[in-house]
Amino acid sequence: MKRRDFLQQSTVATSLVALGGLSLTSFTAAPKTKKITVLHTNDVHSHIDPFGPNDGRNANLGGVAKRARLIDKIRLDNPNTLLLDAGDIFQGTPYFNFYGGELEFKLMSKLKYDAATIGNHDFDNSIDGLYAQLPHAEFPFLISNYDFSNTIMDTHTKPYKVFSKDGIKIGVFGVGIELQGLVDIAMYKETKYLDPVEMAQDMSRILKEQEQCDLIICLSHLGYKYNSETKISDLKLAAATKDIDLIIGGHTHTFLPKPTIVKNIEGKDTLVNQVGCYGINLGKIDFYFDTNKNKAAEGTSIIV
Amino acid sequence: MIFKQLMVCICLMFLVSCKTKTLNLTKIEGKEIPISAELPPDQDIANFIKPYHDHVINTLDSTLAYAPETYSKDNGTFNTAIGNLMADVIYEQANPIFKSRTGHDIDFVLLNKGGIRAPISKGNITLRTAYEIMPFENSVVVAAIKGKNVNAAMTYLSQSKSAHPVSKLKLAINSDFDVVEALVKGKAIDENKTYYVATNDYLYNGGDHMTFFKPNDSVYDLNYKLRNAFIDYFTKVDTINPVIDDRFIQIK
Repeated sequence: MKRRDFLQQSTVATSLVALGGLSLTSFTAAPKTKKITVLHTNDVHSHIDPFGPNDGRNANLGGVAKRARLIDKIRLDNPNTLLLDAGDIFQGTPYFNFYGGELEFKLMSKLKYDAATIGNHDFDNSIDGLYAQLPHAEFPFLISNYDFSNTIMDTHTKPYKVFSKDGIKIGVFGVGIELQGLVDIAMYKETKYLDPVEMAQDMSRILKEQEQCDLIICLSHLGYKYNSETKISDLKLAAATKDIDLIIGGHTHTFLPKPTIVKNIEGKDTLVNQVGCYGINLGKIDFYFDTNKNKAAEGTSIIV
Repeated sequence: MIFKQLMVCICLMFLVSCKTKTLNLTKIEGKEIPISAELPPDQDIANFIKPYHDHVINTLDSTLAYAPETYSKDNGTFNTAIGNLMADVIYEQANPIFKSRTGHDIDFVLLNKGGIRAPISKGNITLRTAYEIMPFENSVVVAAIKGKNVNAAMTYLSQSKSAHPVSKLKLAINSDFDVVEALVKGKAIDENKTYYVATNDYLYNGGDHMTFFKPNDSVYDLNYKLRNAFIDYFTKVDTINPVIDDRFIQIK
């Protein structure tokens, strides 16, 4: 036997012994609970400052500097926090008219957003206007059902991203609304819209099976629900897919008293949430994981 | 070296065994936190915003013109002072551009009442006023449509029972909301003639059910935002003086 082979063999043997000891102490004793916090906004629409004291509906609410302070505090409580946005970052105050979205992206970068998806209003200065602001965004744009290959945005978005927090893998993907009829074609140019249900099914399969994610989040700008039978919405998307734990929605500016629980195609619970618009609320969803094997049978309790 | 290999191996096995040791999602808690008035701001972020904020505010509040009265879209039945002003401004500002590009004059202007998003208040007219009355990014579009479509537009206006802003047009309807008289620049509408109608891209594309801009002989996007037309006009004049007139009336 060569010396090298001997060394390798003995290494394996030793590590197996060591592992036996390790697993006894680290897994069977006190089960460790891990907590992932997901913070989210949608349809902020260039609302940088809080609403004025005379605003009819939202007096003194919102404001990016206040949101920043709140997010800091939450991150201090739990460093394993993700901050996400579901699109329509642009359009709504003169900040957008003056700076074209530069300030919005710079502030979201300062607040350390982890990812955002693209809303229809993010095309308001055309796809070129969106592209021009990308250097100010230090976070990825996730969208799986817009094919940008014939546009200037090609290679500047990703369908999904996997984040790792405290050993927990979190897969986040994005879906956008059909642009035809909603946005002038001169604005979105050759952006191709792909079926969001098919793409969401693809994404959740990749994230679950290939990427082995423990948590799957969909960032959606489809809208919460519609009266139309055919129009796709977050509620329909949740019911038509599997393995998605949370859909963070936007577009319809829906204020929900609490996140909605939808039975997915396998009869399991999917959470759908949206926090209105203009940055007057921050969504916060905490996911608790347990490494205790015995708990598997008890399922997940949802407190909303 | 043995130690290093051993550590790598242990770590690998540890990771694999952790993964297979099943991580269970046991509890989900969801809530919404209002960004309320009492919440203190992050001072670094506030300081970063300040120069942008000050520039926007100073620019928005700079005076462009003066309004001797308050003009609202609800003040008038089939034509309003503010609507007449907006349609007349589009003609005045867009016609020289259109003429220099095509050699033609705009025949008339048609906007929608819903597009007037705020009143012009008595006092100074600022850039902010322009953003308030026209917050959207729509631009001026001129469609070359046949007289037949112009007549369809007149029927639309007569049936709409609404003060949609028009310029260079005279329309009288009766108590049954039928067209009694329709004149473009003082002349009767010729079904076969081509008319150059200025509107915005939203209405051109069928907004507010205005379907008569299509089919057309041609369409010209002036790449001139309506808001910028208003800003250019307010910058040019000292005092505005719009009035309700007889361009669109009902004869009882």
